[in-house]
Amino acid sequence: MKFGVVVFPGTWSDRDWGHVIQDVLGADLVYLWHKDRELHGVDCVILPGGFSYGDYLRTGAIARFSPVMDSVAEFAAAGGLVWGSCNGFQILCEAGLLPGALIRNRCLEFRCQWAHVRCDQPRTPYTWRLEREQVIKLPIAHGEGNYVADPETMRRLERDGQIVFRYCDPSGEPTSEANPNGSMNNIAGIVNSTGNVLGMMPHPERCAEAELGGIDGLALFRSLLQAASSITLR
Amino acid sequence: MIARVIVVPKPVVNDPQGATVRQGLQALGFAEVVDVRVGKYIEVTLDSLSGDEARNRVEKMCSQLLANRVIEDFRFDLLPPDAEPGSRPALNRQGWGGKEEPA
Repeated sequence: MKFGVVVFPGTWSDRDWGHVIQDVLGADLVYLWHKDRELHGVDCVILPGGFSYGDYLRTGAIARFSPVMDSVAEFAAAGGLVWGSCNGFQILCEAGLLPGALIRNRCLEFRCQWAHVRCDQPRTPYTWRLEREQVIKLPIAHGEGNYVADPETMRRLERDGQIVFRYCDPSGEPTSEANPNGSMNNIAGIVNSTGNVLGMMPHPERCAEAELGGIDGLALFRSLLQAASSITLR
Repeated sequence: MIARVIVVPKPVVNDPQGATVRQGLQALGFAEVVDVRVGKYIEVTLDSLSGDEARNRVEKMCSQLLANRVIEDFRFDLLPPDAEPGSRPALNRQGWGGKEEPA
Protein backbone atom coordinates (compact mmCIF):
# COMPACT_ATOMS: atom_id res chain seq x y z
CA MET A 1 0.00 0.00 0.00
CA LYS A 2 1.27 3.45 -0.91
CA PHE A 3 0.66 6.49 1.26
CA GLY A 4 1.06 10.09 0.13
CA VAL A 5 1.75 12.58 2.91
CA VAL A 6 0.92 16.15 1.91
CA VAL A 7 3.37 18.85 2.99
CA PHE A 8 2.18 22.44 3.20
CA PRO A 9 4.33 25.30 4.43
CA GLY A 10 3.87 25.04 8.19
CA THR A 11 2.98 21.34 8.32
CA TRP A 12 4.73 19.76 11.30
CA SER A 13 3.54 16.15 11.57
CA ASP A 14 4.55 14.98 8.10
CA ARG A 15 7.79 13.27 9.21
CA ASP A 16 6.01 11.52 12.09
CA TRP A 17 3.49 10.07 9.62
CA GLY A 18 6.33 9.18 7.28
CA HIS A 19 8.18 7.39 10.07
CA VAL A 20 5.17 5.27 11.02
CA ILE A 21 4.33 4.44 7.41
CA GLN A 22 7.85 3.51 6.38
CA ASP A 23 9.63 2.32 9.50
CA VAL A 24 6.78 0.89 11.59
CA LEU A 25 4.44 -0.47 8.91
CA GLY A 26 6.92 -1.00 6.11
CA ALA A 27 4.50 0.52 3.60
CA ASP A 28 5.38 2.73 0.63
CA LEU A 29 5.61 6.45 1.16
CA VAL A 30 5.77 9.54 -0.97
CA TYR A 31 5.67 13.12 0.27
CA LEU A 32 3.34 15.30 -1.78
CA TRP A 33 4.47 18.91 -2.01
CA HIS A 34 1.52 21.29 -1.85
CA LYS A 35 2.36 22.88 -5.22
CA ASP A 36 2.43 19.52 -6.97
CA ARG A 37 -0.83 18.28 -8.48
CA GLU A 38 0.48 14.77 -9.09
CA LEU A 39 -0.58 12.17 -6.50
CA HIS A 40 1.90 9.54 -7.79
CA GLY A 41 -0.61 6.69 -7.68
CA VAL A 42 -1.03 6.63 -3.91
CA ASP A 43 -3.77 4.55 -2.27
CA CYS A 44 -4.24 6.93 0.64
CA VAL A 45 -3.60 10.65 1.01
CA ILE A 46 -2.60 11.92 4.46
CA LEU A 47 -3.22 15.53 5.48
CA PRO A 48 -1.02 15.83 8.56
CA GLY A 49 -1.15 18.20 11.50
CA GLY A 50 0.59 21.53 11.81
CA PHE A 51 -0.09 25.15 11.10
CA SER A 52 -0.38 25.26 7.32
CA TYR A 53 0.14 28.80 6.05
CA GLY A 54 0.53 29.96 9.63
CA ASP A 55 -3.20 29.38 10.25
CA TYR A 56 -3.70 32.78 8.61
CA LEU A 57 -7.32 33.94 8.36
CA ARG A 58 -8.66 30.63 9.74
CA THR A 59 -7.07 27.25 10.31
CA GLY A 60 -6.92 25.42 6.99
CA ALA A 61 -8.43 28.32 5.06
CA ILE A 62 -5.46 28.98 2.79
CA ALA A 63 -4.22 25.40 2.46
CA ARG A 64 -7.34 24.41 0.61
CA PHE A 65 -6.28 26.62 -2.32
CA SER A 66 -3.01 24.75 -2.78
CA PRO A 67 -2.78 23.02 -6.18
CA VAL A 68 -2.51 19.62 -4.51
CA MET A 69 -5.95 20.06 -2.94
CA ASP A 70 -7.67 20.02 -6.36
CA SER A 71 -6.19 16.58 -6.94
CA VAL A 72 -7.07 15.48 -3.41
CA ALA A 73 -10.70 16.56 -3.93
CA GLU A 74 -10.89 14.62 -7.23
CA PHE A 75 -9.26 11.61 -5.59
CA ALA A 76 -11.77 11.74 -2.72
CA ALA A 77 -14.72 12.13 -5.09
CA ALA A 78 -13.56 8.98 -6.90
CA GLY A 79 -13.60 7.06 -3.61
CA GLY A 80 -9.92 7.48 -2.72
CA LEU A 81 -8.87 7.30 0.92
CA VAL A 82 -8.15 10.73 2.41
CA TRP A 83 -7.15 10.88 6.05
CA GLY A 84 -6.72 14.21 7.82
CA SER A 85 -5.55 14.63 11.38
CA CYS A 86 -5.53 17.84 13.42
CA ASN A 87 -4.76 20.62 10.92
CA GLY A 88 -5.64 18.08 8.22
CA PHE A 89 -9.16 17.78 9.68
CA GLN A 90 -9.44 21.57 9.67
CA ILE A 91 -8.34 21.67 6.02
CA LEU A 92 -10.88 18.97 5.05
CA CYS A 93 -13.67 21.03 6.61
CA GLU A 94 -12.53 24.27 4.94
CA ALA A 95 -12.29 22.44 1.61
CA GLY A 96 -15.84 21.16 2.00
CA LEU A 97 -14.73 17.51 1.90
CA LEU A 98 -16.20 17.15 5.38
CA PRO A 99 -19.11 19.12 6.84
CA GLY A 100 -18.85 21.56 9.73
CA ALA A 101 -15.93 23.59 11.05
CA LEU A 102 -13.40 23.64 13.87
CA ILE A 103 -13.27 26.72 16.07
CA ARG A 104 -11.24 27.84 19.08
CA ASN A 105 -11.25 25.41 22.01
CA ARG A 106 -13.94 26.25 24.55
CA CYS A 107 -11.24 26.63 27.23
CA LEU A 108 -9.18 28.90 24.92
CA GLU A 109 -6.12 26.82 25.82
CA PHE A 110 -3.91 24.87 23.47
CA ARG A 111 -4.54 21.31 24.67
CA CYS A 112 -1.59 18.94 24.44
CA GLN A 113 -2.52 15.77 26.30
CA TRP A 114 -3.74 12.19 26.01
CA ALA A 115 -7.43 11.81 25.26
CA HIS A 116 -9.69 8.80 25.43
CA VAL A 117 -11.92 8.39 22.40
CA ARG A 118 -14.66 5.87 21.74
CA CYS A 119 -15.00 4.29 18.32
CA ASP A 120 -18.65 4.70 17.34
CA GLN A 121 -18.22 3.57 13.75
CA PRO A 122 -16.05 0.52 13.12
CA ARG A 123 -17.44 0.10 9.61
CA THR A 124 -14.90 2.34 7.87
CA PRO A 125 -11.62 1.44 6.15
CA TYR A 126 -9.85 3.20 9.03
CA THR A 127 -11.53 1.45 11.93
CA TRP A 128 -12.16 -2.14 10.82
CA ARG A 129 -9.91 -3.49 13.52
CA LEU A 130 -11.73 -1.70 16.33
CA GLU A 131 -14.89 -2.89 18.06
CA ARG A 132 -17.95 -0.69 18.27
CA GLU A 133 -17.63 1.47 21.43
CA GLN A 134 -14.04 0.36 21.95
CA VAL A 135 -12.12 3.02 23.91
CA ILE A 136 -8.64 3.91 22.71
CA LYS A 137 -6.16 6.48 23.98
CA LEU A 138 -4.66 8.96 21.52
CA PRO A 139 -2.69 12.19 21.91
CA ILE A 140 -4.22 15.54 20.99
CA ALA A 141 -2.38 18.83 20.43
CA HIS A 142 -4.51 21.69 19.21
CA GLY A 143 -5.96 25.09 19.98
CA GLU A 144 -8.82 24.89 17.51
CA GLY A 145 -10.47 21.50 17.70
CA ASN A 146 -13.94 22.55 18.80
CA TYR A 147 -16.19 20.92 16.21
CA VAL A 148 -19.33 22.82 15.24
CA ALA A 149 -22.01 22.25 12.62
CA ASP A 150 -25.56 23.40 12.09
CA PRO A 151 -28.37 21.32 13.67
CA GLU A 152 -29.35 19.68 10.38
CA THR A 153 -25.77 18.55 9.75
CA MET A 154 -25.48 17.23 13.30
CA ARG A 155 -28.68 15.23 12.86
CA ARG A 156 -27.37 13.78 9.61
CA LEU A 157 -23.98 12.87 11.10
CA GLU A 158 -25.67 11.09 14.00
CA ARG A 159 -28.32 9.39 11.86
CA ASP A 160 -25.91 8.13 9.21
CA GLY A 161 -23.23 6.95 11.61
CA GLN A 162 -20.63 9.41 10.36
CA ILE A 163 -19.30 10.15 13.84
CA VAL A 164 -16.34 7.83 14.11
CA PHE A 165 -14.70 9.00 17.35
CA ARG A 166 -16.07 10.73 20.43
CA TYR A 167 -14.08 12.03 23.39
CA CYS A 168 -15.00 9.97 26.43
CA ASP A 169 -13.85 9.03 29.91
CA PRO A 170 -11.81 5.84 30.35
CA SER A 171 -15.02 3.82 30.71
CA GLY A 172 -16.37 5.09 27.38
CA GLU A 173 -18.88 7.69 28.60
CA PRO A 174 -18.81 10.83 26.42
CA THR A 175 -18.95 13.22 29.37
CA SER A 176 -18.50 16.97 29.29
CA GLU A 177 -15.42 16.64 31.51
CA ALA A 178 -13.82 14.27 29.01
CA ASN A 179 -14.37 16.75 26.17
CA PRO A 180 -11.08 18.68 25.87
CA ASN A 181 -12.24 21.37 23.47
CA GLY A 182 -16.01 21.79 23.66
CA SER A 183 -16.82 19.89 20.43
CA MET A 184 -20.51 19.36 19.77
CA ASN A 185 -21.61 15.84 20.79
CA ASN A 186 -17.99 15.20 21.93
CA ILE A 187 -16.94 14.75 18.30
CA ALA A 188 -13.27 13.85 17.82
CA GLY A 189 -13.54 12.49 14.29
CA ILE A 190 -16.02 12.11 11.42
CA VAL A 191 -16.18 10.52 7.99
CA ASN A 192 -17.91 11.79 4.86
CA SER A 193 -21.13 10.12 3.73
CA THR A 194 -19.23 7.55 1.66
CA GLY A 195 -16.80 6.71 4.45
CA ASN A 196 -13.57 7.24 2.49
CA VAL A 197 -12.62 10.64 3.96
CA LEU A 198 -11.78 10.69 7.66
CA GLY A 199 -11.01 13.80 9.68
CA MET A 200 -9.96 13.57 13.31
CA MET A 201 -8.30 15.90 15.79
CA PRO A 202 -6.19 13.26 17.63
CA HIS A 203 -2.78 12.17 16.33
CA PRO A 204 -2.69 8.41 15.59
CA GLU A 205 0.84 8.78 14.20
CA ARG A 206 2.12 9.77 17.62
CA CYS A 207 1.05 6.56 19.32
CA ALA A 208 2.12 3.78 17.02
CA GLU A 209 5.13 2.63 19.05
CA ALA A 210 5.27 1.50 22.68
CA GLU A 211 8.26 3.78 23.29
CA LEU A 212 5.94 6.75 22.77
CA GLY A 213 3.54 5.69 25.49
CA GLY A 214 0.91 3.83 23.51
CA ILE A 215 0.19 1.90 20.32
CA ASP A 216 -3.54 2.51 19.96
CA GLY A 217 -2.94 4.54 16.81
CA LEU A 218 -1.62 1.44 15.07
CA ALA A 219 -5.10 -0.07 14.96
CA LEU A 220 -6.11 2.60 12.42
CA PHE A 221 -3.06 2.06 10.23
CA ARG A 222 -3.52 -1.70 10.32
CA SER A 223 -7.22 -1.34 9.47
CA LEU A 224 -6.22 0.64 6.40
CA LEU A 225 -3.63 -1.87 5.28
CA GLN A 226 -6.21 -4.63 5.63
CA ALA A 227 -8.88 -2.53 3.90
CA ALA A 228 -6.63 -1.56 1.02
CA SER A 229 -6.47 -5.13 -0.19
CA SER A 230 -10.27 -5.37 -0.38
CA ILE A 231 -11.28 -1.91 -1.60
CA THR A 232 -11.23 -0.98 -5.22
CA LEU A 233 -10.19 2.59 -5.81
CA ARG A 234 -11.77 4.42 -8.74
CA MET B 1 -11.90 51.61 -3.79
CA ILE B 2 -11.56 50.09 -0.36
CA ALA B 3 -13.85 47.39 1.00
CA ARG B 4 -14.15 47.27 4.76
CA VAL B 5 -15.22 43.77 5.71
CA ILE B 6 -16.39 42.68 9.12
CA VAL B 7 -16.53 38.96 9.88
CA VAL B 8 -18.27 37.79 13.06
CA PRO B 9 -19.21 34.39 14.46
CA LYS B 10 -22.83 33.50 13.70
CA PRO B 11 -25.15 34.19 16.63
CA VAL B 12 -25.78 30.48 17.09
CA VAL B 13 -22.07 29.61 17.18
CA ASN B 14 -20.48 29.52 20.59
CA ASP B 15 -17.75 32.21 20.73
CA PRO B 16 -15.29 31.26 23.50
CA GLN B 17 -13.12 34.32 22.82
CA GLY B 18 -16.09 36.65 23.11
CA ALA B 19 -17.24 34.96 26.31
CA THR B 20 -13.78 35.35 27.84
CA VAL B 21 -13.51 39.02 26.85
CA ARG B 22 -16.99 39.58 28.31
CA GLN B 23 -15.88 38.06 31.60
CA GLY B 24 -12.78 40.29 31.53
CA LEU B 25 -14.81 43.43 30.97
CA GLN B 26 -17.21 42.46 33.73
CA ALA B 27 -14.27 41.78 36.05
CA LEU B 28 -13.01 45.30 35.31
CA GLY B 29 -16.32 46.68 36.57
CA PHE B 30 -18.14 47.13 33.27
CA ALA B 31 -21.25 45.55 34.70
CA GLU B 32 -23.38 46.77 31.80
CA VAL B 33 -21.64 44.38 29.38
CA VAL B 34 -24.14 41.72 28.38
CA ASP B 35 -22.40 40.03 25.46
CA VAL B 36 -19.19 40.26 23.42
CA ARG B 37 -18.53 38.71 20.04
CA VAL B 38 -14.99 38.65 18.68
CA GLY B 39 -14.59 38.78 14.91
CA LYS B 40 -12.26 40.15 12.27
CA TYR B 41 -11.88 43.41 10.38
CA ILE B 42 -10.42 43.12 6.88
CA GLU B 43 -9.61 45.92 4.43
CA VAL B 44 -9.42 45.02 0.76
CA THR B 45 -8.13 47.64 -1.69
CA LEU B 46 -9.61 47.20 -5.15
CA ASP B 47 -8.54 48.32 -8.57
CA SER B 48 -11.01 50.57 -10.38
CA LEU B 49 -14.45 49.01 -10.49
CA SER B 50 -17.91 50.51 -10.44
CA GLY B 51 -19.71 50.42 -7.12
CA ASP B 52 -22.04 47.64 -8.22
CA GLU B 53 -19.24 45.54 -9.66
CA ALA B 54 -17.16 46.02 -6.56
CA ARG B 55 -20.07 45.06 -4.29
CA ASN B 56 -20.67 41.94 -6.32
CA ARG B 57 -16.98 40.95 -6.28
CA VAL B 58 -16.50 41.61 -2.58
CA GLU B 59 -19.61 39.57 -1.80
CA LYS B 60 -17.95 36.64 -3.62
CA MET B 61 -14.62 37.20 -1.86
CA CYS B 62 -16.41 37.02 1.47
CA SER B 63 -18.37 33.88 0.59
CA GLN B 64 -15.42 32.05 -0.92
CA LEU B 65 -12.61 32.92 1.46
CA LEU B 66 -12.86 35.81 3.90
CA ALA B 67 -15.68 34.22 5.91
CA ASN B 68 -16.48 30.57 6.56
CA ARG B 69 -20.25 30.54 6.12
CA VAL B 70 -20.60 27.50 8.36
CA ILE B 71 -19.61 29.53 11.39
CA GLU B 72 -19.36 33.17 10.36
CA ASP B 73 -21.46 36.04 9.02
CA PHE B 74 -19.99 38.96 7.14
CA ARG B 75 -20.89 42.48 6.16
CA PHE B 76 -18.98 45.12 4.30
CA ASP B 77 -19.09 48.60 2.89
CA LEU B 78 -17.09 50.40 0.21
CA LEU B 79 -15.06 53.58 0.53
CA PRO B 80 -14.15 55.83 -2.39
CA PRO B 81 -10.67 55.41 -3.88
CA ASP B 82 -9.22 58.51 -2.23
CA ALA B 83 -9.83 57.15 1.25
CA GLU B 84 -6.78 55.73 2.98
CA PRO B 85 -6.93 52.26 4.48
CA GLY B 86 -7.69 52.43 8.16
CA SER B 87 -8.56 56.10 7.93
CA ARG B 88 -12.05 55.69 9.25
CA PRO B 89 -13.46 53.70 12.10
CA ALA B 90 -14.81 50.39 10.90
CA LEU B 91 -18.16 50.75 12.57
CA ASN B 92 -18.91 54.36 11.74
CA ARG B 93 -22.67 54.83 11.86
CA GLN B 94 -22.72 57.09 8.80
CA GLY B 95 -20.14 55.10 6.87
CA TRP B 96 -22.08 51.91 6.79
CA GLY B 97 -23.37 52.23 3.24
CA GLY B 98 -27.05 52.33 4.13
CA LYS B 99 -26.94 48.81 5.53
CA GLU B 100 -28.51 48.16 8.86
CA GLU B 101 -26.53 49.08 11.93
CA PRO B 102 -24.17 46.25 12.84
CA ALA B 103 -25.24 44.38 15.93
